[in-house]
Amino acid sequence: MQQLLNQLIQEGYFHGAPMELVYAGFMLLAAFVVLSFFVAPLAGITSWLERRVWARIQSRVGPNRVGPQGILQWLADGIKNLLKEDIIPTAADRRLFALAPYVVFAGFFATFVVIPFGSQLIVADLNIGILYLLAITSLVVVGILMAGWSSNNKWSLLGGMRSAAQIVSYEIPAGLSLLTIVFAAGTMSMQGIITAQGWAPWNWFLFYNPFTFVAFFLYFTAALAEGNRTPFDIPEAESELVAGYVTEYSGMRFLFFFFAEWGNLYVIGAIATTLFLGGWQIPPVTDHPILAGVLQFIVFFLKAYLWVFVAMWVRGTLPRVRVDQLMSLCWKYMVPLAFICLLGTAAWMVIWPQGNRLASFFMFLIGLGILGLFLKRVSFQIRHARPVLYLKPYI
Amino acid sequence: MDETLRSEGEGLHTEDMTISMGPQHPSTHGVLRFVIKTDGEVMREAIPDVGYLHRSIEKIGEKVTWHGYVPYTDRADYLAAMFANQGFCMAAERLGGVEVTRRGEFCRVIACELNRIASHLIAVGTFAQDIGAVTPFIHALRERETVNDLMEEICGARLTYNYIRIGGVGYDITPQTCDRITQFLDHFEPIVDEFNRLLSYNKIFIERLAHVAPITKEDAFQYNIVGPNLRACGVKWDIRRDIPYSVYPELEFDIPVGTGEKGTLGDCYDRYIVRILEMQESCKIVRQCLKMLPKGPAIAKVARKFKPPAGEIYVRVEAPRGDMGFYVVSDGSEYPYRVRIRTGSFTAMSLIDKLSRGLMVADLIALIASLDVDAPEIDR
Amino acid sequence: MEAKGIYARLEQRFPGKVSGLKDAVADPLLMVDAQAIVEVGRFLRDEPELRFEILSDLTALDFPKEEKLQVVYHLYSYTFRHQVVLKVDLSREAACVSTMEGVWKVANWFEREVFDLFGVVFDGHSDLRRILLPEDWEGYPLRKDYVEQEEYDGISTERAPLVEKLLR
Repeated sequence: MQQLLNQLIQEGYFHGAPMELVYAGFMLLAAFVVLSFFVAPLAGITSWLERRVWARIQSRVGPNRVGPQGILQWLADGIKNLLKEDIIPTAADRRLFALAPYVVFAGFFATFVVIPFGSQLIVADLNIGILYLLAITSLVVVGILMAGWSSNNKWSLLGGMRSAAQIVSYEIPAGLSLLTIVFAAGTMSMQGIITAQGWAPWNWFLFYNPFTFVAFFLYFTAALAEGNRTPFDIPEAESELVAGYVTEYSGMRFLFFFFAEWGNLYVIGAIATTLFLGGWQIPPVTDHPILAGVLQFIVFFLKAYLWVFVAMWVRGTLPRVRVDQLMSLCWKYMVPLAFICLLGTAAWMVIWPQGNRLASFFMFLIGLGILGLFLKRVSFQIRHARPVLYLKPYI
Repeated sequence: MDETLRSEGEGLHTEDMTISMGPQHPSTHGVLRFVIKTDGEVMREAIPDVGYLHRSIEKIGEKVTWHGYVPYTDRADYLAAMFANQGFCMAAERLGGVEVTRRGEFCRVIACELNRIASHLIAVGTFAQDIGAVTPFIHALRERETVNDLMEEICGARLTYNYIRIGGVGYDITPQTCDRITQFLDHFEPIVDEFNRLLSYNKIFIERLAHVAPITKEDAFQYNIVGPNLRACGVKWDIRRDIPYSVYPELEFDIPVGTGEKGTLGDCYDRYIVRILEMQESCKIVRQCLKMLPKGPAIAKVARKFKPPAGEIYVRVEAPRGDMGFYVVSDGSEYPYRVRIRTGSFTAMSLIDKLSRGLMVADLIALIASLDVDAPEIDR
Repeated sequence: MEAKGIYARLEQRFPGKVSGLKDAVADPLLMVDAQAIVEVGRFLRDEPELRFEILSDLTALDFPKEEKLQVVYHLYSYTFRHQVVLKVDLSREAACVSTMEGVWKVANWFEREVFDLFGVVFDGHSDLRRILLPEDWEGYPLRKDYVEQEEYDGISTERAPLVEKLLR
């Protein structure tokens, strides 16, 4: 991206304009394009897909009216919410109340800067990419706390407090398991981490050693908790806190919270893919740069979306944990385990500085075995599921 | 130095937060309200405030005829309308000395037990919903829909049946309907296992419910907790077996009691699992009834102007929410002198104040759901 | 134990306080003096041969012709599976009786309901407020001579004609 801009400047397209303004304008343009052509449809389609997947799990139909299979439902919902009245309670702190959704949204949207969709498709390959990620996602908790406090509603306040406690706690296991990979890769740059892996599964950091294998699941669980997803959706637990911190919101502001939530699902998957699953790495099948770029994008997208699907699946299956159980899970089990993973990986690197190929392959086989057992269980459940009973109409 | 510390501590002003939970709250099962005092997530107390759904059903009873009151009893508990029908009709029959036909009795039991399945499905479904699992709720409602279809076939209504009349039942059950009920039972019995795999033995679900708000036997007696909630405390008491009515003495069925298998005896999990097991027992009962269904008229001949002799009676029926009592007083006229409906939810609700102390907000939701209280039944 | 036996025991324990046994009907009932009702209840609960563990129901009846209100207690024993109905006669003007809360806790809510709908005052009750009706409702609806207030909080209590026709 930057090369393209530099080239344009050298060719004299922006003659006379201050360089900083050109860069800033270009960044804004890029952000707008990414937002409207990628992030918004992505979050929207994720919301549609989630409702459809849910519906399938619950033997319902789900939204299927707007567009083929209802795929444009998100557009209809978005337009509807845009046109709705934006209610701000009289007792609310107006400024904070109005600002909170955008803070949450900014915290989510800024992560797209460092997500590598291909070897060239990245907005900015920061050398501290992971640090940036951890820092910028913390903005979400500020926004949620603002929303909870400024609504001047006790349920909102409880939801905001729960959320703050939850996100701050779960950032520790998530950060530690990311750090494990930083150890293994020796860099904090997202592209650097991907290039340190290979296209083959046994070259992924997931199978680097047993500790990274565990770290992956730690990260995924912690990320679900950070994203307020079931089974950790206690900040907006609708049966307990009405709607948690979004209770008083309506219209577009309400939508922004959910925009961020659904978009965040994809971000979780993308980070997991980058760090553990080899990112956009594809087998060397083509030398054509554009074709390779497209393939890389597809591979990355699918890997990331797989985890989005898993999160939906989990949401359709599991009940919600209680707030004290959530905390004890984090502090009693996940944090110590994350530390063990970190130290274990460090020790592993002392023993085998270049990694252990045999161990990786062995881990890969174990992973396959676990997947096989899991699929067996799933197929058992599917075989034993009873279809809906249709009694013949009685005439 | 100690004094300065203490004064600083005292200067930090803290107070309990008073929250009004309801009348519009997603998990208060109808229109209930709790005034909750919490210290963060931990509750100091939760005081129930009922009465939002008071429809003066008891007063109406004094204004309409004996036959005419049956449809009103439906509204006492709309999730299990059949049992209120049954209770009032039994009271009227015993007062007036009406003999119910044998086929009518069997029809009543079939309809009641199907209704019990439907009611328990709602109970466990909403329970799961309150704990945060969305799928079991829809699955439970899907099955309930089939029960409702069957009910529609039996009596033409899906919710407020007005099926059981004084002297028998309104409509006979046809052989086709019997086939269809068997078909449903064949389908439903494995569903219970599926439900168990999906929800009952889920680790998170058990963690949420085990050891939460156990009711002791003494409390259960003091507060007159009835029905599945009482059985969850380990008391093997079922009106159908212990104060037998209708044709229940001829039928074979178990009475599931709570065993405290996952936590303490009488905790939320026990109350949940007792309902699951009761659905299976109801299936058994319906199967037996279908097999034993005798021939004959479905309703006895009862005078249009039904005038039972003066007297009073207290009749108990085992409804899904426990012992439903009908205290009916007649003064020999065309209208009941007084009808009193005593319901299980009302007494269960009075216990919540005591149980809720020291629980967390999320546990209160589990407690309300596990007691299976039903707002219209509380307020009548 | 049969109703006669229960009656005999009560007669022996509380001479002159219980009367009017009716055991030819479905639910045997006996009248208890209003002063003694709490002691009778406690005795029935604690006596090892009676053991009425639960108060199934507590309600009231209104007899305007006889100028009295009756509070009715339905007791049941899980151990011996027998039941008894206790009745207390009160005057309609000053209906007042001691609370049963100390014996069976469930009486708390039952008595609130009776207070709400019949206007019987229970002495010593810990929390005697209206339960089903709003705090500021006038009158006691289940009394036979109850006349509905014309409007409540500015809302008319008149019904649509269809319902009115059904009213007696």
